[in-house]
Amino acid sequence: MDLLGQYLINGLMLGTIYALVAVGFTLFFGVLDVIKFSHGDVLMVGAFTGFTAASAAAAIGLSHPLAQLAATVVFALAGTAVLGAVIAKWLILPLKTAPRLNILLATLMLGTALREAVRLFYPDGSNPKAFPALLPTTAWQFGNFTLRADSAILVVTGIAVIVGLHLVINRTRLGLAIRAVAQDEETARTMGINYTLIVLVTFALGSGIAAVAGVMDGLYYNEINFGMGLLLGLIGFSSAIIGGLGNLYGAILGGFLFAALQMIGAVAMPFASAYKDVFAFAVVIALMAWKPTGLIPERSSDRV
Amino acid sequence: MTQVLSRVPAFAVAAVTILLGLAFAIVFMEQESDVAVISLVALAAVAAWLGTRAGVADRVSAAAVERPGSIALLVAAAMLVLIGVFVEDHFPLLMLATVMIYGTVALGLNIQFGYTGVVNFAGAAFFGIGAYTSAKVVDSGLPAILALPLGAIFAALIGLLLVIPVVRTRGHYAAVVTIAFSVLFKTFLEVNDTLGGPQGLSVGSMKLFGWDFGDSPTFGDFEASFYLNYALAALVMLALVFVLVRRLERSWLGLSLDAVRLDETGAACYGIGIRRSKIFAFVLGNAIIGLAGALYGSMQGYVAPTSFTFSDSLILVAIVLLGGMGSPWGTILAAAIVVILPEKLQAIQEYRFLLFSAVVIAILLFRPAGLLPRGVRHYFPPLRKGAEP
Repeated sequence: MDLLGQYLINGLMLGTIYALVAVGFTLFFGVLDVIKFSHGDVLMVGAFTGFTAASAAAAIGLSHPLAQLAATVVFALAGTAVLGAVIAKWLILPLKTAPRLNILLATLMLGTALREAVRLFYPDGSNPKAFPALLPTTAWQFGNFTLRADSAILVVTGIAVIVGLHLVINRTRLGLAIRAVAQDEETARTMGINYTLIVLVTFALGSGIAAVAGVMDGLYYNEINFGMGLLLGLIGFSSAIIGGLGNLYGAILGGFLFAALQMIGAVAMPFASAYKDVFAFAVVIALMAWKPTGLIPERSSDRV
Repeated sequence: MTQVLSRVPAFAVAAVTILLGLAFAIVFMEQESDVAVISLVALAAVAAWLGTRAGVADRVSAAAVERPGSIALLVAAAMLVLIGVFVEDHFPLLMLATVMIYGTVALGLNIQFGYTGVVNFAGAAFFGIGAYTSAKVVDSGLPAILALPLGAIFAALIGLLLVIPVVRTRGHYAAVVTIAFSVLFKTFLEVNDTLGGPQGLSVGSMKLFGWDFGDSPTFGDFEASFYLNYALAALVMLALVFVLVRRLERSWLGLSLDAVRLDETGAACYGIGIRRSKIFAFVLGNAIIGLAGALYGSMQGYVAPTSFTFSDSLILVAIVLLGGMGSPWGTILAAAIVVILPEKLQAIQEYRFLLFSAVVIAILLFRPAGLLPRGVRHYFPPLRKGAEP
């Protein structure tokens, strides 16, 4: 029972991170119909920005963990939001009319460039960095099951971010504009919506959420490295796809589903828990065969 | 300049261009210093730009249309000369063989991407299946030459597992199937003990009619590098696959593959089997990739999961896009650039992936059709002679 509980909290944790990444993919696909594959590496840049901010805060004498945490989150969010907008402005908007494959490849290559840049130019960037433990580490005991405060805080924060995003998209004027652009670019323009601005804001928003996921990942594992974004990006993309692109709830569903698959892979195959990723990706492929447009399909019709 | 050129037979222009290219390749492969390598690259870029401006490129492609067979033979002969020049040196021969193997792989991917529009981001995985097959075949005591066909067959068979999701999905949804397979394959190799785990396996050398590919061929008291065997085998393989791809492109099969890529609904209206075409392209492409992988595994002497990652698949896709989708000549040129350039720039070895990704992004932004874009089909080359003034 205690082990199962541990798996459950672990799965919830991973599911939240995956869902946060997947939501970014869905947002970008919604407004521009593109897949921005550098998303995972933007997440990594966010984690490194946060790490730098935490170190800098410690260096200038801010020793309180909460102050350091605030600096980490603020700088990571701001840094990646700007990075996301810059990528949208200079790489994705110019390629908007290019074949889909070209955009996919260009952003994949940008991801490689970001990864390599951090590895080469960040001080000692090729080695993993120990992310400071900024959250309280108290633990509550429920019978055999231990709930650590930091895991609980992370899961609750992640879910709060997702709920917050849901409210922004559905309850604000900005959200209305984003949904309008996602539905029909030209009509949105004629309604007086600043198309470019909305696209840039959406990319900033999605990238900022990825930074939250990156910082969460760092706080949870207490370690970040330059290659962390590749697998997280792939998993986030797969989650967004199995959920159904262009649907926020699909992305969230996909994220938690992927984490659940990994946990099932780890629990159900005790003799071969090393195969948990193989199992999870195999199920993804099978799901694609069963539901070729995701679990919650897009509502757009096939334009011939 | 253009007027002068139009009086010279197109074939002569093409022949001179190929000879110049050969001379450049020989000089380039011999350079050791970075300054020389970078200036030669700059020189090639300027020459290519001037040549395009002066109309040489048009004449060369005209020759390729009029006499495709002769041009292909000429290039193959030039490759032979290039191999002959470096017959004693391990490293250049290894590089040339690698270029030709990657070229073969990219031709296989080209059938999938370029003709049929089936995305495959698991090129390195199918390449790896071929390589691991050759390791297992040599290990099991079967005749080593069987590694090549078996590599192709296994890659095609394992590719069949993906056929249902690949055929049913489109666009980004199709991309995720092969991306997931690529990650799955590498993770599987790393945790599977019978396939050597993270350390991989060693591959015994290939034997053909009692001739061991690991031995250096000797002619009298002259001893060539043992990579000569692999370079020649790779050249033969590349030539055969190239002919196959050209034949395919010109056939009615190639025409229906193009139709499927350009408009699935339209193709279906004309009675073309969309699923059949996609399955055909996917399986044939994977078989070609697996064949190349088997030769690669045997040449390297070992196979390890780190050689067949998702990033390697990306490099393969980059070759296809860089050369120009569906353009076999462009594919081979791009394979040469992508394989040789990072190897030659040893001093900036650290930065090569960064530079490489920057170059690919620049090409996608400024020359999205690739280096040698695919031309319009020419079914009746002799008739065009009279038609042109």
